[in-house]
Amino acid sequence: MRIATMRATVVAVGMLGLLDACGSSGSGGGAATTTATTPGATAVCKGTTQNPGYKNGLTKQPNQATSLSGAGSTFVNSMMSVWTAAYASTGGVQVAYQSIGSGAGIKQVQAGTVDFGDSDAYMKDADIALAKGPVLQIPLVLAPVVVTYNVSGVASGLKLDGETIGKIFAGKITSWDDPAIKSENPTVTLPSEPIATVHRSDGSGTTDIFTDFLTKESPSWVTALGGATQSRGKTVAWPNGIGGKGNDGVSGAVGQTEGAIGYVELGYALTQHLPYANVKNKSGAFIEPCNQTVLAATNGVTYPADLRFDLTDASDPQAYPITGTTWALVYQNQTDAAKAAALINFFSWVLTTGQDMTSTVNYQPLGKDLQQKCIDQLKKLTLNGRPIVS
Amino acid sequence: MTAQAGVDVPVVRPRGRATRWLGGDGAFRVVVTACSAVVLVTIVAMVIFLLVQGFDAMRHYGFFSFLTTARWAPSEATATSASPNPYGILQFIYGTLITSLIAMILAVPVAVSVALYITNFAPLRLRRGLSSLVDLLAAVPSVVYGFWGIFALLPALKPIGGFLASTLGKVPVIGVAFSGPYFGYSYFAAGVVLAIMVLPIIAAVCREIFATTAGSWKEAATALGATRWEVAMVAVYRPSRTGILGASILGLGRALGETIAVTMVIGNFVLSINKSILGQGATMSSVIANEFTEAVEPFHLQALFVVGFWLLVVALVVNIIARRIVAAQAAL
Repeated sequence: MRIATMRATVVAVGMLGLLDACGSSGSGGGAATTTATTPGATAVCKGTTQNPGYKNGLTKQPNQATSLSGAGSTFVNSMMSVWTAAYASTGGVQVAYQSIGSGAGIKQVQAGTVDFGDSDAYMKDADIALAKGPVLQIPLVLAPVVVTYNVSGVASGLKLDGETIGKIFAGKITSWDDPAIKSENPTVTLPSEPIATVHRSDGSGTTDIFTDFLTKESPSWVTALGGATQSRGKTVAWPNGIGGKGNDGVSGAVGQTEGAIGYVELGYALTQHLPYANVKNKSGAFIEPCNQTVLAATNGVTYPADLRFDLTDASDPQAYPITGTTWALVYQNQTDAAKAAALINFFSWVLTTGQDMTSTVNYQPLGKDLQQKCIDQLKKLTLNGRPIVS
Repeated sequence: MTAQAGVDVPVVRPRGRATRWLGGDGAFRVVVTACSAVVLVTIVAMVIFLLVQGFDAMRHYGFFSFLTTARWAPSEATATSASPNPYGILQFIYGTLITSLIAMILAVPVAVSVALYITNFAPLRLRRGLSSLVDLLAAVPSVVYGFWGIFALLPALKPIGGFLASTLGKVPVIGVAFSGPYFGYSYFAAGVVLAIMVLPIIAAVCREIFATTAGSWKEAATALGATRWEVAMVAVYRPSRTGILGASILGLGRALGETIAVTMVIGNFVLSINKSILGQGATMSSVIANEFTEAVEPFHLQALFVVGFWLLVVALVVNIIARRIVAAQAAL
């Protein structure tokens, strides 16, 4: 108990320090967040984005449980660590999150062994049928999947389009000085090194987002995998390459292997100081992944009622094409009153105060209309058949 | 106690009821038999458990179809009905066997040399220290080997792998098995890590065997004018060959089943057999460790149980073959 209070105090002081640095008092659209950190940052990524400062949280439910357990996506792990630490310092509720991959997270939810799951690939009807009841899927945060590489002499900002990336991962382009890459990067000196592709060996929502983009943009990828149903998913039949476990496994393998290329969530590339590519979007521009371009990917998107949607290959001219979100997976019919209260309080906090913490770890907050829909989705939680929030 | 023919030995029987109290002898026999039965029951129970858990997949796809296909693609399980089987495991059997083979080829000569050195050539002061160091290698946990493998061994092997790819890789027939490009994660790297892991086991057993060779043989050889090398070969190594084979079987057993260290350096490429040992692959144990937590596709988890079953079978078959070889050698 003493250690927990000490840890909470340290975290609270740290958070206060962070808030001071951000210049935001948490009471509305504050100022500075992060700016682009890569050398050749494109113009749109320079400058700052504002914290959204949402105020529409649900009323705090009393008699909540003091601990919650969650499991799933490694994509959201860096953000979840910040959230759980900060949340523990506000109310003393300990949220334990295991970062085991979206596929494993869905499996745990189906088995009912955790209070909530998290996945970057939404549960399909077949997945929900295997669960113990209807599942609410609530988007929590946005983030880009970046194409990261480790080639001597090549810095961040290599221009790659979807078809080239698809051919690389399908094994059709095997050398870094291939004409397809050179033609888009005339000013970059590409060595004549073989390409080592790195993919996820576990069931991954990040893979789902990435292969969704490849399915939309790369006919070579679809042909190599044998069709559009085979070329997208949490697991696909990778024709070659090294398999790493988790986002951290892929970023580690890319960092260790000269000539490697892989796909990870932005935060992992930044922590490992790995360069990443500017990917061509639907409008034909090479886009750098950053706060502004990820938020642009949500412009003009209409969200379905069950909040299952894809953000890849968006039509906005500034949109980063490999953008994704991560869904919290919660059973709609709760049976434990304390757990239900704790879940509502936690996710309400994540969807409001939590959204202001996203840019400190290179994630992006949900847009206004999506955030409202998420709050409405959270209201659908019931306890033994009766709605909890009126 | 029976009397031998022609020799009268007084038979001594314990007196009194003390040892017959509670049927001491019988109870002892029961306990010892029960312990042996536990071993047998465990193996049989394991085999039955794996068969029962994998039964659905085996009935759906056919018992032997797992062995005849070399394509593991769980994502296609919903699309394909029974054939072709998307859970072919031939490449994992290949991976297990090839990494263990590389480990044996690298480890056995080194282990025998280490044992020979410790027992015959090392200064007396160093012998105990060296023995302890070799035993210490066996005490290192496998996950530490995996970690060290990724960060220290893979960079160190890179020039060797590159050399193999550029020389042996160009040779006409066997070149396919050594073709590059070499990225570090490979069957070869996994074989090297396994070799280091089984080395202490084989060296320790060989050391015991060499230490117990009859001193009179060594003295006889020396008296005949043999050099130290010849003494070691004739008086120590030659008579111990059966024992060395036995020690290698022990090491092979560990190499076949090693999971974590192999998973970290082998590259986890599960789709098909990679013809080059310098390319990525997977073993039966590495694929189980990687995929069982999230096996959500239809029959995926059952297919992993089938992999476990065949791993058990492979280990048993290899053990039986090795014992036959040992027995044949001993009969020579």
